[in-house]
Amino acid sequence: MLLIHCPYCDEKRPEIEFAYGGEAHIARPHDPSTLNDEEWEGHLFIRSNPRGRHHERWRHIHGCGRFFNAVRDTVTDKFETTYKAGEPRR
Amino acid sequence: MSGYRMEGAGRPDRSQPVRFSFDGESYQGYAGDTLASALLAQGVTLFGRSFKYHRPRGVLGAGVEEPNALVSVIRGPGRFTPNVRATSVEIYEGLEAVSQNRWPSLKTDVGSITDRLGMFFPAGFYNKTFMWPRSFWEKVYEPAIRRVAGLGDAPTEIDPDRYAATYAHCDLLIVGAGPAGIDAALEATGTRKRVILIDEQNELGGGALSDPALNPWLEASVRDLRAAPNVQILTRCTAFGFYHDNFVGAVERLTEHRADIGDGPREKLWRIRAGEVVLAQGAIERPLVFEGNDTPGVMLASAARAWLLRYGVAVGRKVVLMASHDSGWRDVFAMAKAGMSVAAIVDVRGTVDQALLDSAAQLGITVHLGSSVIGVSGRHAVSGIEVAANDGGNRRKIACDALLMAGGWTPTIHLWSHSKGTIAWRDDLGAYVPDKPNENVRCVGACAGKWDFGSGVVVPALPTPRDPTRIKAFVDFQNDVTAKDIGLAVREGFRSIEHVKRYTTNGMATDQGKTSNLNGLQLASTALGRAVTEVGLTTFRPPYTPQTFGALAGRAKDALFQPTRKTAIDGWAEENGAVYEPVAQWRRARYFPRGSEDMHAAVNRECLAVREGVGIFDASTLGKIEVVGPDAAEFLNRMYTNPWKQLQPGRCRYGLLLKEDGFITDDGVAGRITDDRFHVTTTTGGAARVLNMMEDYLQTEWPDLDVWLTSTTEQWSVIALQGPRARDVIAPLVDDIDLSAEAFPHMAVRLGHICGVPTRLFRVSFTGELGFEINVPAQYGRAIWERVFEAGRPHGITPYGTETMHVLRAEKGYIIVGQDTDGTVTPMDAGIDWAIGKKKPDFVGKRSLSRPDIVAPGRKHLVGLLTEDPDVVLDEGAQIVADPSQAVPMTMLGHVTSSYWSASLGRSIAMALVAGGHERMGETLHIPMPGTTHRAVVTGTIFFDPEGSRLNG
Amino acid sequence: MTRFNAFNLFAKALGGHKSWPEQWPDARPKPFYDAIIVGGGGHGLGAAYYLAKKYGIRNVAVIEKGWLGGGNTGRNTTIIRSNYLYDESAHLYDHAVKLWDGLSQELNYNTMYSKRGVMMLAHNVHDVQSFKRHIHANRLNGVDNEWLTPEEAKAYCPPLSIDPGARYPVLGAALQRRGGTARHDTVAWGYARAAAALGVDIIQNCAVTGIRRGPSGAIEGVETERGFIAAPKVGVSAAGNSSVIMQMAGLQFPLESYPLQALVSEPIKPVFPCVVMSNTVHAYMSQSDKGELVIGAGTDQYVSYSQRGALHIIEHTVAAICEIFPIFRRMRMLRSWGGVVDVTPDRSPILGKTPVPGLYVNCGWGTGGFKATPGAADLLAYTIARDEPHPINAPFNLDRFRNGRLIDEAAAAAVAH
Repeated sequence: MLLIHCPYCDEKRPEIEFAYGGEAHIARPHDPSTLNDEEWEGHLFIRSNPRGRHHERWRHIHGCGRFFNAVRDTVTDKFETTYKAGEPRR
Repeated sequence: MSGYRMEGAGRPDRSQPVRFSFDGESYQGYAGDTLASALLAQGVTLFGRSFKYHRPRGVLGAGVEEPNALVSVIRGPGRFTPNVRATSVEIYEGLEAVSQNRWPSLKTDVGSITDRLGMFFPAGFYNKTFMWPRSFWEKVYEPAIRRVAGLGDAPTEIDPDRYAATYAHCDLLIVGAGPAGIDAALEATGTRKRVILIDEQNELGGGALSDPALNPWLEASVRDLRAAPNVQILTRCTAFGFYHDNFVGAVERLTEHRADIGDGPREKLWRIRAGEVVLAQGAIERPLVFEGNDTPGVMLASAARAWLLRYGVAVGRKVVLMASHDSGWRDVFAMAKAGMSVAAIVDVRGTVDQALLDSAAQLGITVHLGSSVIGVSGRHAVSGIEVAANDGGNRRKIACDALLMAGGWTPTIHLWSHSKGTIAWRDDLGAYVPDKPNENVRCVGACAGKWDFGSGVVVPALPTPRDPTRIKAFVDFQNDVTAKDIGLAVREGFRSIEHVKRYTTNGMATDQGKTSNLNGLQLASTALGRAVTEVGLTTFRPPYTPQTFGALAGRAKDALFQPTRKTAIDGWAEENGAVYEPVAQWRRARYFPRGSEDMHAAVNRECLAVREGVGIFDASTLGKIEVVGPDAAEFLNRMYTNPWKQLQPGRCRYGLLLKEDGFITDDGVAGRITDDRFHVTTTTGGAARVLNMMEDYLQTEWPDLDVWLTSTTEQWSVIALQGPRARDVIAPLVDDIDLSAEAFPHMAVRLGHICGVPTRLFRVSFTGELGFEINVPAQYGRAIWERVFEAGRPHGITPYGTETMHVLRAEKGYIIVGQDTDGTVTPMDAGIDWAIGKKKPDFVGKRSLSRPDIVAPGRKHLVGLLTEDPDVVLDEGAQIVADPSQAVPMTMLGHVTSSYWSASLGRSIAMALVAGGHERMGETLHIPMPGTTHRAVVTGTIFFDPEGSRLNG
Repeated sequence: MTRFNAFNLFAKALGGHKSWPEQWPDARPKPFYDAIIVGGGGHGLGAAYYLAKKYGIRNVAVIEKGWLGGGNTGRNTTIIRSNYLYDESAHLYDHAVKLWDGLSQELNYNTMYSKRGVMMLAHNVHDVQSFKRHIHANRLNGVDNEWLTPEEAKAYCPPLSIDPGARYPVLGAALQRRGGTARHDTVAWGYARAAAALGVDIIQNCAVTGIRRGPSGAIEGVETERGFIAAPKVGVSAAGNSSVIMQMAGLQFPLESYPLQALVSEPIKPVFPCVVMSNTVHAYMSQSDKGELVIGAGTDQYVSYSQRGALHIIEHTVAAICEIFPIFRRMRMLRSWGGVVDVTPDRSPILGKTPVPGLYVNCGWGTGGFKATPGAADLLAYTIARDEPHPINAPFNLDRFRNGRLIDEAAAAAVAH
């Protein structure tokens, strides 16, 4: 069970308080109707799925309820950092 | 008879005799004995039978590494435990243990025929045979293979014991309370650190318990630790797994060692998060590989030492040591000094430390250097051995009744390995030791490869003058893997140790290779002519020792397996005979049978009551989300397909929610309470998912919107009152809301009071009748329900359940998301594209609705189906075809999603998803069932009151 | 190749088993192959075998970064079934089940396919509706699947609790009698041995480090730890690592890789005759021929390549097993382990061509790839050989994520593989 730092609560809490939210920094296009099918497919489905540094979203669902972003290594499962939603990619 | 009790030695309490039985025979031991020590003291050598060859086996080790002496323990109904190690079972008065994997008895086992034919059952033999004739596999071979599987018997009754679970947090977790672990704990006394010290044994001390010279130190240390306020000590507790971020799982055994188990939990799961972990798990001695090394009476030297010095049991009257390591010499010296007779020391090494030779001479022990045991006589107990010089010469026989093996040491790096710390090979130790940590963890003592046992050499197998492919020299005792099996695997091209392991099953027994992995690795490495590090090491996986399912499940059983959610009105339904169905985590009243009614009769009655009078239904499980803020309407406008901005306060709208892929995910009615406040409802199962989805968009996509979301599912009780008499029922109870059709039309919401309790009164209908949904604070739910029910009595009010709700809504063609849709259905497919705001530039899922396949013809549409025979109620899930006479595989057009008997219509009705369904109105389709085919006509989905006039009554 | 049969086993036994040859040679990479398969699991080795056996391409190499069958082939719970809902899926998995039947004889390697039946439990009305939909669809597709009452389910699997008062009572079950299990390692080894006998090079401990494309964009070969190996056709069958390999070719895939755990109990005498799955309670189990109860857990929630999972997942799985089979509460977990499963948005595999000429892919099997091994292998081989998909795997193309023609078994039935 991972130990996750919530940047809003500023505490490390056990994983069962959190819900994983998929890859981070995949912003919904401002106007999806301007995207062609391939671009829309990219937004909906294409994921980087790297071995190594992964930007991902978590929600402190059984805590403050906030979504935030994290950088975690997918080979070691170790968090490099977590930061608030809306902050620039790290 | 070989073993005997050595008076004056060991820790078992001679003043507390304990009676127990093994295979029906009664024995006596003492408090503090294990089953193995007590039996060894009685001269028992034969403990079990091996897995494959059913060879007679005795005790190899003295702890959790034991591969041979597995027994079943019986303690009353449901309390049968197979495969426990006799070396780890503490005896108690009345303990009943039996041996395993033998028939008819341990001494005479028919299964041992496989041993005689062992040459035909080498590793992997089943890959090469049992293929011809082909039909024999299913009928003959496989049943036969499966019959001989397994060790202990399977349980047959439900375990009556309880199991507990807890979380713990500490700054320092120490696993293993041998000298190294105790030292680490002593260091932390007097600090502010919260310390947890865990040991799997019944008392602290580990190896020190087998060294009387350390007793004074041990007693003082344990006293200091017990007195330290910051140290928590857990004995009989096994740290079995090291998980992410210093999370360690451990199981504490609370009752198994007691004659009276009381009524407390049997075991307790500890989930420990530690700041730092210190692993002090020690090391396990390695057996030596030679012919006859599995004969009962051949055991690890360290085990024999423990039996004598810790348990006061001499394992033989005349023992011999076979060593490749100094530690065995020291063990037998200690045993000789304590009064045991040591007949000889055989060491494969040509030279050893002179001090060892001097000690042996002093003790009068004959020494054979550069020699090896090449054979063991005796079947159920050692009666002698044959020794030869390593070049095969100088063969001689030595009479003895126990043979001790000292093959060096394997650090216990299991938990370290779970934590993904790296390991390094030490040639001098012939073992892997911890290298770089991956967590905040360090190893101390023997598990770090630090010991004062002296030194030794690593010998994959002892030299023998016999043909090594003709003898059975065991590596994995329980699974009967021999050195020649490893050789065969390598010969057949299995080069990775993982392949060797899987091909031979080496290390896959219940001891998980604690005594066999390293020997297997050395043998494979030698056979391949490659360095050990190139052959690798199989990955250690949790658990360190087997752990009970019950403990892992903890309290999550029966009603606590998953909480059952109940509404405030649930108790009334129970008192009134409701039959329930589970819906998501809730239980909901499905119908209310009267007398001997079955579901069909009850539902027919309930349906007619709603259509003709009034029915009452507990709709409290509907998900409810309060959407509040200046941008609430804008937010809903972006989330749902429908337009929300023009909706006036006091009005409601059906909302349809898509996922971004364009498929329907939820629906519900939302009422605008005020300009900036909406009362949104969701499906019962979708409440949490929808709230999470809303929060996701609100927080991460549109943080500029000023909106707050609150789950109010459990804050409101919802009483649905449906039927032409609904208004008459509540009219006397509500005095501050004008209930007239003009003032309070369909799809409106009013705030007021019912029976003096504040209510959000919705005029909505999921039945097609005049209806209200009375929302009251949940604490008033049952009281208001009862008041409404009383008020309804003169009108013949009838409680109804989910089944009737389903029929009534189907008569009206209202969909149930998840039943009439399945995650692949768009609003157009479902025929509810009227719910899409045509002028809206965007909403969640909109872009996906113009993808090529979504706009292509031939998609499945939701339609009505009326069977030609009105009495036939189609099976939900039945498949629909155009041509029933076609051959299998048939081209299927779709399936029946909802199907009921409609009492109001006096016939069956159904809804279905049918390819191109909207273009098939009036077409007759076929539903092939086993033995018959039904015909049905495609219709619209509204079967009852298509004009909707009843809604507006 | 020395035939495997009882006679040879007997004969070799008399010779102390000294003359068994290598089951497959440890090949050194040649500079050029007609086709390369990346990934030495059952799917990849099988594809090489079928390329050589059925489709006439024998100059083939299988390149594996570790040891054969060391990925999900050797880590799964070996369930085989084909009672999938959609026509596309039913045809795909049934193609595999038909190949399972007789695979031991074809490969001359006993893969121990055991048709002991797979039973899926229904715990609520929604499950009943969903399973009946499966059963009806399967019947018209010629795939066996039948409905059992709770009593019939208990008769088929005696340890099952059908207590109506249970938190999740058993309302019935769908049974596929042809479903069952096989011995996972032997599938990889059997294909490897049979493929090698047909001339396929099997290259272990050789990680692919890059994929080389020519000026036209077409495949030229693969870069490996042991140098460049040329081939005009490359099939990727790399399960959890598919995203990484495809990125080497410049392709971004609709995949995410998750940890999946499984566990076994200590071995006990035979007590559990079939495979039982419960998706509502999240558990599935069978008993191996060695006597261990083999139990599958759910995935962890986050993307990971670590091949390890969390304890709370195990706790939940074991609790679920004990809920359905309460007599096993006193049993003990012997070993647990983790694999990496590559999951697509619709939980169905991607099996076909890619936008890169000469590059073919077989991935996205999620938690259900083992059962498809022979079928996926055959179809990948077909697709590579013909440079076009077989009608069975044509629907499982990459385009469906763009055009919306998803094959969403999970959404349709909330059924795990």
